Amino acid sequence: MRFSLGKWLLPVYSALALIFLLIPIGYTFVFSFNNSLKSNVQWVGFTFDKWLHVCDAQGVCAAFGTSILVGIIATVIATALGTLMAIALVRYKFRARSAISLLLFLPMATPEVVLGAGLAAQFLSAGVPKGLVTIIIAHALFCLSFVVVTVKARVASLDPALEEAGRDLYGSPGQVFWRITFPLLLPGIIAAALLSFALSFDDFIITRFNNGGVETFPIFVYTAAARGVPAEANVVASAVFLLALIMVIVAQTTSAARRKRLAKLTL
Amino acid sequence: MAFAAFGSGGPGAAVDQAPRRRSWVALVLLLPGLAYLALFFLTPFVSLILTSLQTPVEFGDVGQFQQAFKIENYALVVQQYWPHFLRAFGYALAATFFALVISYPLAYFIGVKARPWPLIQALMLTLVIAPFFISFLLRTLAWKALMSDETPVVQALKALSIIPSDGHLTGTAFSVIFGLTYNFIPFMTLPLYTTLERLDTRYLEAGSDLYAAPATTFWRVTVPLSMPGVVSGTLLTFIPAAGDYINASASFLGSAQTQMVGNVIETNFLGLLDYPAASALSVLLMGIILLLVGLYVKRSGTEDLL
Amino acid sequence: MVGSAFAEAGADLELVGIHKRFPGFTAIEDLDLRIPAGSFFALLGPSGCGKTTTLRLVAGLEQPTSGRILIGGKDVTDVKSFKRPVNTVFQSYALFPHMSVLENVAFGLRRRGISDPVGKAHEALQLVELDHLAARRPQQLSGGQQQRVALARAVVNRPALLLLDEPLGALDLKLRRQMQLELKSIQDDVGLTFLHVTHDQEEAMTMADTVAVMNKGAIEQMGAPEELYELPRTAFVANFLGQSNLFTGPVISSKGESMVVDISGVKIEVPKDRSQRHNGEVTIGVRPEKLSVHSEAPAKAAGVNVLGPGRVTDVSFSGVSTQYLVAVPGLGPITVFSQNMVFGPIANLGAEVWVSWTVDHGFGLADDPGDAPRFASDTNTATIATQTRNELLAEIGEG
Repeated sequence: MRFSLGKWLLPVYSALALIFLLIPIGYTFVFSFNNSLKSNVQWVGFTFDKWLHVCDAQGVCAAFGTSILVGIIATVIATALGTLMAIALVRYKFRARSAISLLLFLPMATPEVVLGAGLAAQFLSAGVPKGLVTIIIAHALFCLSFVVVTVKARVASLDPALEEAGRDLYGSPGQVFWRITFPLLLPGIIAAALLSFALSFDDFIITRFNNGGVETFPIFVYTAAARGVPAEANVVASAVFLLALIMVIVAQTTSAARRKRLAKLTL
Repeated sequence: MAFAAFGSGGPGAAVDQAPRRRSWVALVLLLPGLAYLALFFLTPFVSLILTSLQTPVEFGDVGQFQQAFKIENYALVVQQYWPHFLRAFGYALAATFFALVISYPLAYFIGVKARPWPLIQALMLTLVIAPFFISFLLRTLAWKALMSDETPVVQALKALSIIPSDGHLTGTAFSVIFGLTYNFIPFMTLPLYTTLERLDTRYLEAGSDLYAAPATTFWRVTVPLSMPGVVSGTLLTFIPAAGDYINASASFLGSAQTQMVGNVIETNFLGLLDYPAASALSVLLMGIILLLVGLYVKRSGTEDLL
Repeated sequence: MVGSAFAEAGADLELVGIHKRFPGFTAIEDLDLRIPAGSFFALLGPSGCGKTTTLRLVAGLEQPTSGRILIGGKDVTDVKSFKRPVNTVFQSYALFPHMSVLENVAFGLRRRGISDPVGKAHEALQLVELDHLAARRPQQLSGGQQQRVALARAVVNRPALLLLDEPLGALDLKLRRQMQLELKSIQDDVGLTFLHVTHDQEEAMTMADTVAVMNKGAIEQMGAPEELYELPRTAFVANFLGQSNLFTGPVISSKGESMVVDISGVKIEVPKDRSQRHNGEVTIGVRPEKLSVHSEAPAKAAGVNVLGPGRVTDVSFSGVSTQYLVAVPGLGPITVFSQNMVFGPIANLGAEVWVSWTVDHGFGLADDPGDAPRFASDTNTATIATQTRNELLAEIGEG
């Protein structure tokens, strides 16, 4: 029984690490039920009120709506531009390919505070007033690189023979793209879009430099942090968390079920 | 799903699929994205550099500057803010180290040991990315509350004289590094997981077949094979941690004594409206990070990561 | 060329002076080829010989550097692949994973706007006996079933020319034999022109009416399978299509029906009409299964060549036959295949033996084995290294 300790060490360590990751999530969730008045630091008592009347706290729902709007528009821009770039980078060979790959890596290697300050300096010198548009421009910028990386992996795993088969079977270039390439890339594109939306929704630093007076949800939390964040913010965050968690679990169980079904059929 | 974003170029990436053909099609596909990057990534850098050399307008309002070539701005910010640079890189380095220590065993367990149970793998991965689904700021505020003076943990530490009775847990270097570590663990775990998940366990069997003890196999086989994951994980942790200013900000886990470069960039830009100082700080931060990353990537021999 | 109608029958294919260069290497060097309508034509060669490139040129997936491609007499060199009356069964099948089997088969019909695509797709699936799986996804089928779907998807379009790119390579031996027969019978049924690319010489010989052996971007020899096997013209063909014992020496007499070649002092007779060259240094050969092994020196007889004595250096049993390696001084090892008519080997390891064959079975080549070394397996490290170097050179030449 020499290895009995070693055998349990790793699973226990991993479980503790995961619990550590979940502590603040649990805290945020629990305090969404706190019957607090303004500041949500002291536990006062249990209530469902904050979940039922989320929009009662001033600005929470407006900020949430702004974040959704910014997230959707920035995701559409980043996903469209990034998908085209990913296809070009995998499928075509050209001189500047490695230079472009480097250019796409750079925004990921730039601290957000520098990206934010750079854009703000640019808007300042160009005299562009900061607001919704500048937030969207900034968000699409930092999402773009992540979209390219995600979609690139999908394009690289796509067998070029499938498109050749499409051409061989009388598909014109447009038909081959929309009937074969695009549907096959779609899972990668969707993953990229979800990632992009998540990045945009949770971004604070870059937004802070370019928001003007517009309040996204993270900006709302930051501003409120000085005087005390209302429990309604916890409600919004917890609801988003649960929704995302359900989406991931549904996606994983359906794909697991599909794999199982496939395995059964091909036996 | 999105894990691919943190991978470091799978085996598929090495395969060139197409000979060069119709490069104008590639140009058309790339052009919108390149234009976007040129307009909103490259030009802002130029703006940043130009702004960093500006000088105040004489008798002008606060925040009014004119273009100059005032290179002293750099000397001034270094003189004034060098402790903030030291803190930023010191805290980021510590946080990267702790995140690696916490993440490697976790990623190893999910990617290698849990392979026979795909459902457990999926569940654990979901838990690793779970913090992404809840606001970064609220998570950090949660830690602030959990570390506040009234909590039993802090009371116990005070009773044991580990921290002085008039001391605090928040607003210290400890709490800032703690927050940075916590917030960037998923960025460390995911790339580690993607390389470890691909690790062929037959190499480990070959190691033990060739008379290597488990520990030797781990250090000589597993660790070298997972280096790409270690490199991308440490980069994905170190870079944002060095530029972060939420954790160190006084409304979150920091205090005036823990301010990092990010904090002074923010204060100068948005508070004091001293754009040249903020820009000079940004340029310096970016330059140092590029230098460090370049050296690191070169030393670890994983240039293809770029 | 793409009308809404099906091709009435197979069309003939003509390649005229085709060259294909990729950055860093030449894949095809001056290729001329004519495949008559309705025939089953096999292009046989080792990997890297240019056979797949030839097929891709015909399909329109690559453009020739120079030369013309004619299908049914019409020049299609500049016709895009999706407008050519040609369909391909891809090596990896390339079935669309996001469509059902039925939609895969109907894809080409729909693109051309042919009426009742679903009905015709069902008919094609009946032809390959897979109509009951029409609703499945390709991933849910076995390798052999996928292969048949790929075939149905190509045949349903009634192309003038059907291209098969090593379509059986991924199947196991038994299934491959079965599919070979099925493919052949489908070709008989539909009467299309088949162009089949393969590196498997048995497959080519079983299925094709005409086989062309390709090497280094050019066709070495073309003809009916029996003809290629019986009368190889080059050392490459003699060794790629089965095995051969080859000997090189000067012609010392060339009178009447046969000529005599001096191989290290032994006189060997070869029929003149089975030899490409009749004077000077020539290389002659004989197939291993045409040889007999004797434990005593056979009596001299007209019309029989005898070598020996030599020693048996290896005996390996392979079911139907036994392979002997006989070392004859001055001649190197000679391979003999002997049918297993009795139990046990007819000669033991180390035994002293003689080898003989009927003069009529010998053949004379147009080149020497030195010109074209014995075919090296395409999986050896040297070949891979060469390919990698060529790819690297291509990369450098371009950057």
